Amino acid sequence: MSEAARDTAAPPRLVIEGLAKSFTLHLRGGLRLPVVDGVDLALMAGECVALAGPSGAGKSTILRMVYGNYRADAGRILVDDGVRRTDVATAAPREILALRRTTIGYVSQFLRAVPRVPALGVVAEPLRRRGVPEAAAHAAAAAMLERLAVPRRLWDVPPATFSGGEQQRVNIARGFVAPFPILLLDEPTASLDAENRELVAALVEERRAAGTAMLGIFHDTDVRARLATRAVDVSGFAAAA
Amino acid sequence: MIAQTTAATTEPTDIAPVAEDAAGLPILTAHGLGKDYGGRIGCRDVSFELWPGEVMAVVGESGSGKSTLLGCLSGTLPPSAGAVRYRMRDGAVRDVFALSEAERRHLKRTDWGFVHQDARDGLRMAVSAGANVGERLMAVGARHYGAIRGEAAAWLDRVEIDPARIDDRPTVFSGGMRQRLQIARNLVTRPRLVFMDEPTSGLDVSVQARLLDLLRGLVADLGLAAIVVTHDLAVARLISDRILVMREGRVIEAGLTDQVLDDPAAPYTQLLVASVLQP
Repeated sequence: MSEAARDTAAPPRLVIEGLAKSFTLHLRGGLRLPVVDGVDLALMAGECVALAGPSGAGKSTILRMVYGNYRADAGRILVDDGVRRTDVATAAPREILALRRTTIGYVSQFLRAVPRVPALGVVAEPLRRRGVPEAAAHAAAAAMLERLAVPRRLWDVPPATFSGGEQQRVNIARGFVAPFPILLLDEPTASLDAENRELVAALVEERRAAGTAMLGIFHDTDVRARLATRAVDVSGFAAAA
Repeated sequence: MIAQTTAATTEPTDIAPVAEDAAGLPILTAHGLGKDYGGRIGCRDVSFELWPGEVMAVVGESGSGKSTLLGCLSGTLPPSAGAVRYRMRDGAVRDVFALSEAERRHLKRTDWGFVHQDARDGLRMAVSAGANVGERLMAVGARHYGAIRGEAAAWLDRVEIDPARIDDRPTVFSGGMRQRLQIARNLVTRPRLVFMDEPTSGLDVSVQARLLDLLRGLVADLGLAAIVVTHDLAVARLISDRILVMREGRVIEAGLTDQVLDDPAAPYTQLLVASVLQP
């Protein structure tokens, strides 16, 4: 079987079926805010699918549901870790934690800084959670920070005081340091200048070529055109109010 | 760091090897757990499974029943209903309240740790820091003075207390140091499950951050399962994988910590999350 034929035969890494989400604000008299309904999407290895649509259409909400950070009201989020398929929408906490350790990486827009943990430790953590020894994890973290041009003098400093662009690169380094088969990218280049945007874009392209399946939000149209293999317009999944 | 403290233990103790954490079974199970105080509800109908290596936070306001629940889970408060089952090192699952008093005491001295809010409840204030740590080792059969002292010094170092303070009593320690000493005393026997009751709430904020960071590291390095009662959602977010939200003695919401805090479903959880002050 040729390489291409095998790829076509491989099952999708991620399948989303009939996914729906609304928020009920009990402090606002039970106000219900529907976000998305009937989201269907399949993500293959080596694909980078851009979620498109206006602000508020539910792009970040979809990413967060795939990561298990938001609950789903209905539908399925099937993640293939190579051994089994797990439905994130109904999985137990420890199953979701296991997927986050081995299978799904998430680069959020903002870094949630932990007091006292230096940048190098923040980036190394996904590897440490997989049981990589400290020295090896720190070496890999250092290489990733170097690649993303985070100045060496910052590595031993907790990132809370870093600039927006520096924090974002620490966040990206953390997301890319471990070889996650699925990566969720929420505006990975939003606060970066042209030079650093190029560094991140090259990293994303390299991983995509290596077979990582990516689902991302890219507001910058140039970045999206360069990185995404296709786009899915989320406004098609708008929930009825 | 693990290698260093392991090396300090040169003599055998009567802590049995762990049989089957690899089997992937829960370490602690609560089933329909309830506690009444003469008609008043302490906690009611609490059920969950805790797995090896999981850290679960129990949050809620004062009077929500979280301390009562912790008392029942840790074998201190006999429940009025339901059961707590613990998987022992040999793999046998035992009802915690069906154990003999001696068996339960042994469990508390070896397999379990309990970190109290007030370090004075968890430490012996009249004996030295070294003795506080060494005592737990002696309780599991360590007898060699040099080895015990060596292990105690290694643990003081690990919780960031200068080992030169080994002969000082905790009465001369700051609140943060006492709390770290209490943690060392609990972890020296390599427990598999640690209960913590508001471990950081009596401390200054900067001291709190240091302690939380230390706890996070230790829990991860040792692969501990832990149940942490706290009223502080930021503490829960930082330290736990899972969370139970309690109100009026009942669990009103449970799940992954970041999911419950970022997408709270129950009205009361939404109120709790919305009430946190942002600096």
